[in-house]
Amino acid sequence: MGSQGGFYQSKEFLDLVKSIGEARSKAEEDRIVLSEIETLKRRISEPDTPKRKMKEYIIRLVYVEMLGHDASFGYIHAVKMTHDDTLLVKRTGYLAVTLFLNEDHDLIILIVNTIQKDLKSDNYLVVCVALNAVCKLINEETIPAVLPQIVELLAHPKEAVRKKAIMALHRFYQKSPSSVSHLVSNFRKRLCDNDPGVMGATLCPLFDLITNDVNSYKDLVISFVSILKQVAERRLPKAYDYHQMPAPFIQIKLLKILALLGSGDKQASENMYTVVGDIFRKCDSSSNIGNAILYECICCVSSIYPNPKLLESAADAISRFLKSDSHNLKYMGIDALGRLIKISPEIAEQHQLAVIDCLEDPDDTLKRKTFELLYKMTKSTNVEVIVDRMIDYMISINDNHYKTEIASRCVELAEQFAPSNQWFIQTMNKVFEHAGDLVNIKVAHNLMRLIAEGFGEDDNTADSQLRSSAVESYLYILGEPKLPSVFLQVICWVLGEYGTADGKYSASYITGKLCDVAEAYSNDETVKAYAVTALMKIYAFEIAAGRMVDMLPECHSLMEEFLASHSTDLQQRAYELQAVIGLDAHAVESIMPSDASCEDIEVDKALSFLNGYIQESIEKGAQPYIPESERSGMLNISNFRNQDHHEASSHGLRFEAYELPKQTVQARIPPASLASTELVPVPEPVYPRESYQTTTVPSVSSDAASTELKLRLDGVQKKWGRQTHFPSTSTSNSTSQKTVNGITQVDGSNTANSRTRETYDSRKQVEISPEKQKLAASLFGGPSKTEKKSATGHKSSKPSSHMVKSHAPKSSMEVASEKTSPVQQPPDLLDFGEPTVKSTAPSLDPFKDLEGLLEPTTQVSSAVNHSSTAAVTKSPDIMGLYTETPAGAHHKDSDILSGLSNSPMTNMVGGTTTMQVAQTSKSPNLKDSLEKDALVRQMGVTPSSQNPNLFKDLLG
Amino acid sequence: MIKAVMVMNTQGKPRLAKFFDFLPVEKQQELMRRVFGVLCSRPENVSNFIEAESIFGPDSRLVYNHFATLYFVVVFDSSENELAMLDLIQLLVQQTLERCFKNVCELDIVFNYSKIHTILDEIILGGQVLETRSTEIMRAVEEISKLEAATNAISFIPKSASSWLSR
Repeated sequence: MGSQGGFYQSKEFLDLVKSIGEARSKAEEDRIVLSEIETLKRRISEPDTPKRKMKEYIIRLVYVEMLGHDASFGYIHAVKMTHDDTLLVKRTGYLAVTLFLNEDHDLIILIVNTIQKDLKSDNYLVVCVALNAVCKLINEETIPAVLPQIVELLAHPKEAVRKKAIMALHRFYQKSPSSVSHLVSNFRKRLCDNDPGVMGATLCPLFDLITNDVNSYKDLVISFVSILKQVAERRLPKAYDYHQMPAPFIQIKLLKILALLGSGDKQASENMYTVVGDIFRKCDSSSNIGNAILYECICCVSSIYPNPKLLESAADAISRFLKSDSHNLKYMGIDALGRLIKISPEIAEQHQLAVIDCLEDPDDTLKRKTFELLYKMTKSTNVEVIVDRMIDYMISINDNHYKTEIASRCVELAEQFAPSNQWFIQTMNKVFEHAGDLVNIKVAHNLMRLIAEGFGEDDNTADSQLRSSAVESYLYILGEPKLPSVFLQVICWVLGEYGTADGKYSASYITGKLCDVAEAYSNDETVKAYAVTALMKIYAFEIAAGRMVDMLPECHSLMEEFLASHSTDLQQRAYELQAVIGLDAHAVESIMPSDASCEDIEVDKALSFLNGYIQESIEKGAQPYIPESERSGMLNISNFRNQDHHEASSHGLRFEAYELPKQTVQARIPPASLASTELVPVPEPVYPRESYQTTTVPSVSSDAASTELKLRLDGVQKKWGRQTHFPSTSTSNSTSQKTVNGITQVDGSNTANSRTRETYDSRKQVEISPEKQKLAASLFGGPSKTEKKSATGHKSSKPSSHMVKSHAPKSSMEVASEKTSPVQQPPDLLDFGEPTVKSTAPSLDPFKDLEGLLEPTTQVSSAVNHSSTAAVTKSPDIMGLYTETPAGAHHKDSDILSGLSNSPMTNMVGGTTTMQVAQTSKSPNLKDSLEKDALVRQMGVTPSSQNPNLFKDLLG
Repeated sequence: MIKAVMVMNTQGKPRLAKFFDFLPVEKQQELMRRVFGVLCSRPENVSNFIEAESIFGPDSRLVYNHFATLYFVVVFDSSENELAMLDLIQLLVQQTLERCFKNVCELDIVFNYSKIHTILDEIILGGQVLETRSTEIMRAVEEISKLEAATNAISFIPKSASSWLSR
């Protein structure tokens, strides 16, 4: 039975195959194969094996390797066989090497020479075999070795050779487009080949080329259309017919190409209408291949410039697909529908029932395709039904890949179209509950942010309702036995931030729940870390509200456990909690301001707030700081370390613990002046912060850090938070370190400006709405009320969106005044700093007078100045706070750090103001000084009632 | 572009595997196992398409057809048409293998391993459909077969002669 057609095989091989086929278990099969490998190893290396035998051995090797066993010992023999003169042996050799070797294998170099020789052979069969091997084995480096011969073969008398040569060139193009870029004209030439087979083959590379660069091939539209017309009119030889369809594969390729060329090009599309319409009419929808062409026509019609008649034909074809009994056709119909609704959304309506049938179908593939369609046609009116369906399906399947995909789609739709907060929270809960470990951690962070920021609509009550409903549902869900880690993190965070916010639940109740979580998931350190930080927040809010805090006994024991934890992160959190509890209400309130997670943190990497301290030390005789690069003898080491640091990720064992402080010193300490003896003590406090922020859970630490770093912020009117430290700028301006500060100022203003712009852009995007919404709106006409929803804004606003939101209000304000554009300021922003707004108003007027002095100042500067005054009026409290704990600042790490977080703003803010003013007026020095003077006076105008002394210090 | 053609029997034993982008053997095995896992869980009378992104990565589709004891599987990307790929399997099995072997069965494929590869090489080259005329495919295969038969006959004599000489 085996030897028909002359492909010889010995009885031995037949026996092998048979015995493998009859093997009862995988183990038995392996045993047989391994003994076969032993036999082959022995025989193959025998010196005088006849070629015929050798050929069979190689085939057996291929077979063995297909079964999953290593046959690499025979590779070299396969390579040797390609050198053989007889075609029979050569063919087998080539077959084996194309299956065995990849293009970068070491042995390839031994074959290239043979291929070169074979490409020149007189026997076209040899050339064909060599071309097969070329397609598989030639890599980027060896392309030049065979390229000239391949190009020559494009004109070979045999069409089979021409065809394969084109394929080889196409393959080269795929591997390295630049290697054949000068030969692209050959493809165009071959399109006019006498042989339709060669022409058909040329369409493959042209399809790729056109996909990459449509515009260079617009001139071919007419040619393609005329080819397609000829094919459809059966001008090709009968042999190209397949199931009574003329050259269907060529038609499909051509339709795909036309779809690319006609996309968004009315003129080109108009050339295609007739031929596509013809095909719609002629296509035989009873055969599989006929339907394949019909489907391709629909794709083409939905891609090119729309034509009502064709759209009608396409809709007809789709309804035929959907009504068919064949699952394949239904699948194609659903897919085609998904394409067509982009152009004519109304056709979805007539197929509602068919779509729902497909959704209920036992065929998984069809179901998924239908979900894809639903996802495409979701709008605010149907989002609830669709997402509920999706979640049900998500729960029912086991395929993690698809579960993840569907979960992220649910989240996306929910964020975009959620009809109510209640529904949104419930939907997210379901997604997290059932696919929590699969969804991207970013989704969780997004949810936290959303709860923290609210939807940015209406008033604050909606936001607080959202929060309370979230808290309520989470408390309920905590009853479930096993929850995904990511979900628990969200729960802990929300309970910590808002658990006691509405006064419905007592602190002891919430803390009890948090302790339960930490105990129940005791092997999940991330969750425990979240829980501890949440506990700390709850206690902090209690203390700040002036209530007595009595820790629950289980909380006590938990803390004891964490204080001795192996995880430094947990330890640190526990110690921090202890420390916070010991503080008085005023301090706690500034460390842990409630509902301030969206506030901004600015970090001054230059540590310029230490300048005074350094100055003092130097005056006392300390050595000034010498930058590492200037220290003799240290250079090499530091270079070495830098290298180390880069490589650290790839090596297992590194002494990172020693490196980190070094890095931070470099980064944070200004080269200006710091005694080298102080090198050690200063980085010490910085280091834990560094590691703290980078370890394990970025969100927790950054969040915790944010609440902590923010500590001086709370008294400030939040909207203008950045301008807070205005006064200190003027000090630095007046001190001798002008240049240094000048630099930092420029930086600060730049970042601030660019960020402002960035957020403005992102807002603009929100208003225009992302692609999906646009689609939905244009398709279904229904105004999606989500346009302004912050959730979508986040999606468009890239990584650091955590910060962005808090910027958004500011930027929108600034922008509003700058362009007097009707950008509406989200209402919830206003209540951030209501008290100060009032105090700002009066102080604005005197400043306006100053503006008069300053020549035509634009509205920007007024806006900025406006903000600065606001900041000034309020800043004293902060500084007051800062000075209230002066002792702490010298002893405790955290206090230094708080200073760190504090004064950076100083510079940034000051920088922003001055720079912006300078930019707008572009004035000479004289005006600058005038401005400065004005600013200083302005501060004098609004002296702080709480702490005038501070100002005295600052202003000299 | 077509990424792979696989043939496996209903017990999941691979009968033929051709990957048009190189993959290490272990990876091929794993892919085939996973494909089989999906195939054998498919109910009767459903579509011949499977979303294969979880197995083969983004932008990959899979079409299979079931003949007697064998699954024929084609994996490809969005530049091909599902229905057309289904017909490609049809073309391979019913119009080519059927003609070659008359009542083709699993054993024919196992025993004529290299011949099937030759046929596939005629139909698909470098991941693109090259030839769909079954007559043309048959002619090419016959030509090679004849040649091989001829060289086979010749090679016996020089072989034995050379072995005579070497003695």
